[in-house]
Amino acid sequence: MTRPTPDAHGEVSVDRLALAEELAGTGSASGPGEGARIAPPETAEYALRLGDDALVLAQRLGDWITRAPELEEDVALGNIALDLIGHARSLLHYAGSATGRSEDELAYWRDEPEWRNAWLFEQPNGDFACTIARQLLASCYWFELNTALSASTDPILAAVGAKAVKEVDYHRDHAAQWTLRLAGGTEESRRRMIQGVADVWPYLDELFEDDELVTRLAADGVAVLPSSLRAGTEAAIAQVFAEAELEPPAGRTAFTASGGGRRGKHTEHLGPLLAELQVLARQHPGASW
Amino acid sequence: MSTPGASTGAADQAGASTGAADQWPLWEVFVRAGRGLSHVHVGSLHAPDAELAVRNARDLYTRRGEGVSIWVVPADAVTTSDPDAKGAFFESPAGKNYRHAVYYTKSEGVKHL
Repeated sequence: MTRPTPDAHGEVSVDRLALAEELAGTGSASGPGEGARIAPPETAEYALRLGDDALVLAQRLGDWITRAPELEEDVALGNIALDLIGHARSLLHYAGSATGRSEDELAYWRDEPEWRNAWLFEQPNGDFACTIARQLLASCYWFELNTALSASTDPILAAVGAKAVKEVDYHRDHAAQWTLRLAGGTEESRRRMIQGVADVWPYLDELFEDDELVTRLAADGVAVLPSSLRAGTEAAIAQVFAEAELEPPAGRTAFTASGGGRRGKHTEHLGPLLAELQVLARQHPGASW
Repeated sequence: MSTPGASTGAADQAGASTGAADQWPLWEVFVRAGRGLSHVHVGSLHAPDAELAVRNARDLYTRRGEGVSIWVVPADAVTTSDPDAKGAFFESPAGKNYRHAVYYTKSEGVKHL
């Protein structure tokens, strides 16, 4: 855990200052003379939901590094994960401002019931096709969400949305390209793609659930009403499915998961994910490297 | 870039065949750093087809803002000069200074010459 010599990695150096500059909605974007913005309590809870979604999926995608079909795909999924960590950092930083907690404290020192991510994001990677199916659903949803969020009356959320939408646009393209290839590839790749869609489909519905908090925030123009994102998200997925000759699961394979991530209720998959995410920070509190 | 013959559980899960014969084809990548510059060869990569090769190139070679345009070319479409024929190919200009237009004086006001 010792800090490497300053030039051990050439010009790559990441210090606290540089990390702070990466946060959307801070620095020059927040206007001259304006101090760090403190999130109102309900806005903080909303930012926590969005931030947890991104962080949990980033952690899942990180699992693919060295395990993807080719090295190039390791890098592609790793890049997407890094984009998502960027979104999560901005959102958790903002969420923490309400209670004086840092983004790291929120990431490493909350237990399972305190996490607010939806179930889709904590589901296991499965095979490559299953991961691509989850990516397709997640990125179509995030594209709609961030497009709408960039018009939020909250300046930080608007800045995060505006930055994220361009990145998520690429994630959506990546997922769509692979969906087409897997669905139209071999008999085996098509079978896996269909299975992947069936595995993740039950978790789509939770993303569009409104509750009291988000309804109040949406009335003020701060949050995006989840139910308002359903039509756009489903249309984007349907467009890819039409080209890939896929269909949403129907009949015996179709069901909707109960959800509950926004209230801290999770599937059995989140615990092990958090254990891996948090173990180092908890065993060596305050460590830096 | 996969390991031929290595069959791990993860690779099987991914539905990937790691045999060398099944490896994705190789592509040469050219990146243009800015307007007015030409595309420069930056390296190569594997991809199943041209569309994904462009996307892989974006992830591998432009993620720190290095470029505004990417070309990919199938590596087997590139015909190269024979490295063993370097002498016959490249040494002939030596001692032929008259091939360089160094005897002219530059006209006034001509830039970038």
